[in-house]
Amino acid sequence: MSAFVQSATRRPVLMSARIWLALLIFAGFAALPLIAALTDDPFLMLIGTRILAYAIAAMALDLILGYGAMVSFGHAAYLGFGAYAVAILNSYGVTDLLVHILFAVLLSAVFAAITGAISLRTRGVYFIMITLAFGQMAYFFFVSLSAYGGDDGTPLQSRSTLFGRDALESDLVMFYVALALLIALFAVATRIVGSRFGRVLIGTRENPVRMEAIGLSPFRYQLTAFVISGCMTSVAGVILANQAEFVSPAFMSWHRSGELIVMVVLGGIGNLTGAIGGAVVALLLEDWLAMLTEHWRLLFGVFLILMVLYSPHGITGALERLKGARK
Amino acid sequence: MTTRTKLLASTFAVLSTTLPAGAQELPSASDGVLKIGLVYTLSGPAAALGSQARDGFMLAVNQIKEVGGMPTEIIIVDDEQRPDLAADKARELVARDQVDFVVGPIFSNILGAIHKPVTETGTILISTNAGTSSYAGAECNENFFVTSYQNDQNHEVMGAYAEKQGYQNVFLMAPNYQAGKDSLNGFKHSYTGGVAGEVFTELGQLDFSSELAQIAAFQPDALFTFMPGGMGVNLVKQYSQAGLTSIPFLSAFTVDETTLPATQDAALGLMGGANWAPDMDNAANKAFVDGYLAAYDAVPGTYAMQAYDAAQLIDSAVRAVGGDLSDRAALRAALHKAEFDSPRGDFSFGKNNFPIQDFYLVKAEKRDDGKFQTAIVEKIFDDYKDNYADQCPM
Amino acid sequence: MTNLFILQLLNGAQLGVLLFLIAAGLTLVFGIMDVINLAHGVLYMIGAYLIATFAALTGSFWAGLLLMLPAALVVGLVIERLVIRPLYARSHLDQVLATFGLVMIVNEGVKMLWGTSPLSVPMPELLNGSIPLIGPLQYPVYRLAIIAAGLAVAAGLYVVVNHTRIGMLLRAGASNREMVSALGVDIGKLFSLVFALGALLACFAGAIVAPILSVDTGMGESVLILTFVVVVIGGIGSIRGAFLGALLVAVVDTLGRTFGPIVLRSVMEPAAAGQTGRMLAPMLVYILMAVILFARPQGLFGQRTS
Repeated sequence: MSAFVQSATRRPVLMSARIWLALLIFAGFAALPLIAALTDDPFLMLIGTRILAYAIAAMALDLILGYGAMVSFGHAAYLGFGAYAVAILNSYGVTDLLVHILFAVLLSAVFAAITGAISLRTRGVYFIMITLAFGQMAYFFFVSLSAYGGDDGTPLQSRSTLFGRDALESDLVMFYVALALLIALFAVATRIVGSRFGRVLIGTRENPVRMEAIGLSPFRYQLTAFVISGCMTSVAGVILANQAEFVSPAFMSWHRSGELIVMVVLGGIGNLTGAIGGAVVALLLEDWLAMLTEHWRLLFGVFLILMVLYSPHGITGALERLKGARK
Repeated sequence: MTTRTKLLASTFAVLSTTLPAGAQELPSASDGVLKIGLVYTLSGPAAALGSQARDGFMLAVNQIKEVGGMPTEIIIVDDEQRPDLAADKARELVARDQVDFVVGPIFSNILGAIHKPVTETGTILISTNAGTSSYAGAECNENFFVTSYQNDQNHEVMGAYAEKQGYQNVFLMAPNYQAGKDSLNGFKHSYTGGVAGEVFTELGQLDFSSELAQIAAFQPDALFTFMPGGMGVNLVKQYSQAGLTSIPFLSAFTVDETTLPATQDAALGLMGGANWAPDMDNAANKAFVDGYLAAYDAVPGTYAMQAYDAAQLIDSAVRAVGGDLSDRAALRAALHKAEFDSPRGDFSFGKNNFPIQDFYLVKAEKRDDGKFQTAIVEKIFDDYKDNYADQCPM
Repeated sequence: MTNLFILQLLNGAQLGVLLFLIAAGLTLVFGIMDVINLAHGVLYMIGAYLIATFAALTGSFWAGLLLMLPAALVVGLVIERLVIRPLYARSHLDQVLATFGLVMIVNEGVKMLWGTSPLSVPMPELLNGSIPLIGPLQYPVYRLAIIAAGLAVAAGLYVVVNHTRIGMLLRAGASNREMVSALGVDIGKLFSLVFALGALLACFAGAIVAPILSVDTGMGESVLILTFVVVVIGGIGSIRGAFLGALLVAVVDTLGRTFGPIVLRSVMEPAAAGQTGRMLAPMLVYILMAVILFARPQGLFGQRTS
């Protein structure tokens, strides 16, 4: 079990350094619309919103993957729940963003509670595969949902409304709403990790037997974390649907779950900031390489392998070593 | 763009890696350059379809030289068969690159994702393959043109053929997704006989042995199937291996020039419905097929032909308006006239901007040069209009 | 109905032995080397592309198959040396990331080398055609040959694993790696051997299905997940588990797709049965896996690990 997670959150000092790094990333995001305005390139905001959505999903996954050693290979299902919450409620004339998020979170909480309770009977690779199984079941359910286009998905007539106003139709507002959600959820996640709950969760990762010995049930803590993570991911789905103005089961395929894991591991697991950074780097790199060559996957693959071989703790690990070297 | 913003742009391009190198130097819509964005699936299992469409489009561009009599810039994008990504890339083409036309995609779900972002800005979207029913009917759009067909039509062709043959007992099989369901409905639209069995296979299914066993057990008058891409290759190979070739094989998007190189002899004699075949005898088709063979050493399929026509369509319309791309109404009217020689012969647009064209029964055959192609057997529909055009308010 | 049932069982067996060939290598690499190799599916694809190339060069399926085998071994050894070996001491997640990268590289590389169009491998003359079963039913000879080849390999593996020194080391390695290296066995060599063997089996599987399947760049991905399902159902590191898991997955999949709707029709309306059947059919394998893991969290033949 512990083989999965070798980079633990080591010292509290570093934790605060990572929060500073996260704030730096948020500041960079906040300045993006300025850059977009100066360069007369409003499209940047759309890319930015997409990256923000994936950053939320990756951070949510890191909460259980990094802190609880629960490698969920079915997390894209929650992206889908969020996206379909928007599509389904919209088709019934309910367009408010907050209601969409609430519905997405409820849906995800129920699904995560049921599948999590079953999945947590297993460990390690078995856990990976059983979460994949549930993710695939959700995927095929939406594929067969003809009312919402089945496999083809369905375009949204309009974006969600904010307090009865169609403010999100502006890409700028959409972007800042997504950024606000990321920052809020980051704050929540940081609080969770630093709380007693978080410490018990880390304890279950390091040594579940000891946790039981001191009278704590690892299962309850792990399941709660699993549900929280699923709910957070669904918020990303709500953003993604609004950004693309389109919803399809493609959001929930296992490829997407795999990409989320890649983002988290690439960034460095178990520190939340890494997952956000991983999402940013992975998506920007993909965009950039795709512009250079049709065969960008080759280069991306080489990059991933080199990262693993030469930077064991992902991007955050590399940054820390840089910092250490300078001292 | 003024020099000052250009300077700023290059400064900030360093800060923001998302900016493509030199993107800001690109001329905008009004300065005498025709800009076209191609959105095709160029990676993953379906890459062969997108590559063919791209090649078909580029062949026309190379033959015409200056499309619309203007300097032409073409931006090719891979949608990776991912709708969310495709929506982003389409917006990028429209907002950042400020293209005049977006051409593509292959798949209906990608079309659903890019339709709104492109058309709502007034940019012209030309689909060279996907022809979803909603966009043919109630949601038709003045900025949306289709050079392929409405999705149901090829299936209707096969239904009409089965009807004409007097089949009473046809076995139906399609993948379990929206296009698969639409396909069987399209077939039944023009076929009134009995159905021996109706099977939905898994999307991406590799092995059809269990379905073939059922067909063998039922011994139907014919099989109708819709199995695009790799699924079709597998089905065709296994169909002939299972010794079922005595049962007529009717299909749509299953036996075509993208799958024939892989199925080869196994597909000989299998039938499909199409709006064109490489062996059609007209000057425009000869120029197209010979040009494609010379450039890519492969027989073109409908994906290439329809993209080729999209380039011809753009060329004809831009020439008609004398290169004035700012008057969209005039441009749309010129496009609607469709004044170009299509390799498929008769071609015009209905009021929903979907084609009115002939449809044929085609059969796989071996060419004299050893390559494989589909060939026309007989014409099934003449000047055929789709069933949704009447619902279009345009 | 019984005829159909027998046919479907045969089909299930054919898919089953194929899955076993791929899963056997994966479960060994997993169980003995403790490496999660996402690139195992692309090895299967490489096998198919290699035989397509060699068969086209030599004009013979059999010559192609003979040439494919050593080439597959070389591919396996090279990948082990370059990518897998540095990952032995690393966390599973690092392995996932690196082998995910490897999948991207190989998929793109194959596309650059062979193009995007699917390739064709001709059916060997000897095994062409169908033999009559009962009534009007026929079964392709080639598929029977696949079943036979798969069973032969399974039997061979059984003998090697249970009755040879190498097999003893493999079994020992799967249950206690430290012990094996403490006994003075060159663990590095053992690992190379295991990985190359797994690669060979996967390539062999890809090669023998090439005449009945489309050889394209997507084929590795589609089989990878199914193979992982098999390995996990059977229990990591267990060849016997992989064999039974593969047959179980294949039979449930083939029978479920055919008979599921029929069974459903007896309990609900035809339209609703059709709808539900279509929804459930692709989920069947995953439902099976979830149920098995719920009952036995370490798979059918897996050892409970800490």
